[in-house]
Amino acid sequence: MIEVRIHGRGGQGAVIASQILAEAAFREGKHVQAFPSFGSERRGAPVAAFVRIDDEPVRVRTEIYHPDGLVVLDESLISQKLVDVTQGLKDGGWILINSSHGPERFADLGEYRIATVDASHIAVKHHLGSITAPIVNTAIAGAVASFTHLFGLENLADAIRAHVPIKPDENVAAAMEAAEAVRELAPAAGGR
Amino acid sequence: MRKVIKGNGAVAHGVRLARAQVISAYPITPQTSIIEELASMVAEGELDARFIKVESEHSAMAGCIAASSAGARAFTATSAQGLALMHELIHWAAGARLPIVLANVNRAMAPGWSIWTDQNDSLSQRDTGWMQVYCESSQEVVDSVIQAFKVSERVLLPTIVVLDAFFLSHTYEDVEIPEQELVDGFLPPLELPQKLDLEHPAALGNLVFPDRYMEFRRKMELAQQHALGVWEEVGREWGELTGRPYGLLEEYRTDGAELVLVCAATAASTARVVVDRMRDAGIPVGLVRLRVFRPFPADAFRAVLGGRRKVLVLDRNCSFGHHGIFHQEIKSALFELPAAEQPEIRGVIAGLGGRDITPEDIEDMLTRAWEGRLEEATTWWDVLPAEDPVRAASVRS
Repeated sequence: MIEVRIHGRGGQGAVIASQILAEAAFREGKHVQAFPSFGSERRGAPVAAFVRIDDEPVRVRTEIYHPDGLVVLDESLISQKLVDVTQGLKDGGWILINSSHGPERFADLGEYRIATVDASHIAVKHHLGSITAPIVNTAIAGAVASFTHLFGLENLADAIRAHVPIKPDENVAAAMEAAEAVRELAPAAGGR
Repeated sequence: MRKVIKGNGAVAHGVRLARAQVISAYPITPQTSIIEELASMVAEGELDARFIKVESEHSAMAGCIAASSAGARAFTATSAQGLALMHELIHWAAGARLPIVLANVNRAMAPGWSIWTDQNDSLSQRDTGWMQVYCESSQEVVDSVIQAFKVSERVLLPTIVVLDAFFLSHTYEDVEIPEQELVDGFLPPLELPQKLDLEHPAALGNLVFPDRYMEFRRKMELAQQHALGVWEEVGREWGELTGRPYGLLEEYRTDGAELVLVCAATAASTARVVVDRMRDAGIPVGLVRLRVFRPFPADAFRAVLGGRRKVLVLDRNCSFGHHGIFHQEIKSALFELPAAEQPEIRGVIAGLGGRDITPEDIEDMLTRAWEGRLEEATTWWDVLPAEDPVRAASVRS
């Protein structure tokens, strides 16, 4: 079973991102679970959402404490130390961060597979949200596909069309562009 | 068709497939998206029903009672304070023998104000005459809503279908949504033996003198007892149609189990993982999942728990002053066993107000029960020490 935790801020689409990832994996023939952090959300406040993907029906029904991978929609959660994003992350786990910077900037997070993608820039380019509040969930999903191979781009495109109510073509295009724009930290540089 | 939907969506699909004719409901977190989705289905013409917007849950149930009295298939959904506000009419609906189905998203009662899951809201309706079924997965939610209409209409008692807040209501998972033709074959249109009829005017709910009241109540009790067999039959029939059979309770790896965990709802799903893990480690544990709570399947519990060494009951609820509620009821059922077949019973109260019940929690509970390290009849799991038994806890930040 693969467990993924998504960090974002209220309004960035972390919950929809979790649904898109689950739907894309479901279309690969997997069993899935996707859920938000259970509570009340405020725009701009740190939020989390979760995804489980398995070959068998998912039986465990608890929050995720030891994810295999992390998706960070807003790098300021890390730079401002608002959230201990790597808490509970499994040894050798992966981290994908929405950032205009290269992955070297986040090498301090630890010995993980670390990558960045400028999902905000890609989202704005495709008219998804505004410069101050880009909607990055579909772009980041494209990056997850190429970084983790949890699902293919074709199934991702279908999942986006199923879950995103407006601008389906722009959202799919953003995902495809982001899939090509992932920058991964060379393994040798990952450790300290 | 298999789709990724959330538990609240599973409720809405069940109601749509059952072709409910009247939905009378008031929104409350975490139930809201059930009735949003149903309102949308009605607006889009996917469900040919009247959606009545009301000003309170009390009125929501009044609307269901009126609709059902006129012979319509009626549905509502609520949670916690909303269910409590309905309480007067919850009694009325059962006493009037109306086959209404209600989905209750388990939410802890306030105060402290909470939107998260526990079972005290639905279990507070235990003695009203409604049937209650607790769901473990969104698949079971959609299947149980459909079955609930069938059983209710057979025995003329209403049913509460219960699902956990957030752990089911707001969790997306892959669910097989039955085809309409299949459900139409399973659940025929509602034909009540008695209903409001302009051609044959009658008054319902009249004054009943002491010489007859007990007979009405006795018939409710007989209908509950009769419903045990109907739930079994309907669950079996559903299994033949879909490959997903249901019973009053469900056994998981109870063969040779000397310690059996009893629990309901999503905690039972997580417990399966723990039972597998402990069995692999050679500890003879098993699981019995409580599904139908009213009518209470006492015979089935005696059959599966009689003769075991130990039973541990996990309650996500509490009857203040006397243990967890499932614990009480199971202990009461097992008391009728011969002394030699009575297991040692311990109770754990856990997960109130939505506190997570993790696999590690369940493994720890079971290990302590197995090793005889649960000294009290009931243990409150993972709580801070209470310094003063009388003064209410203050909230410290």
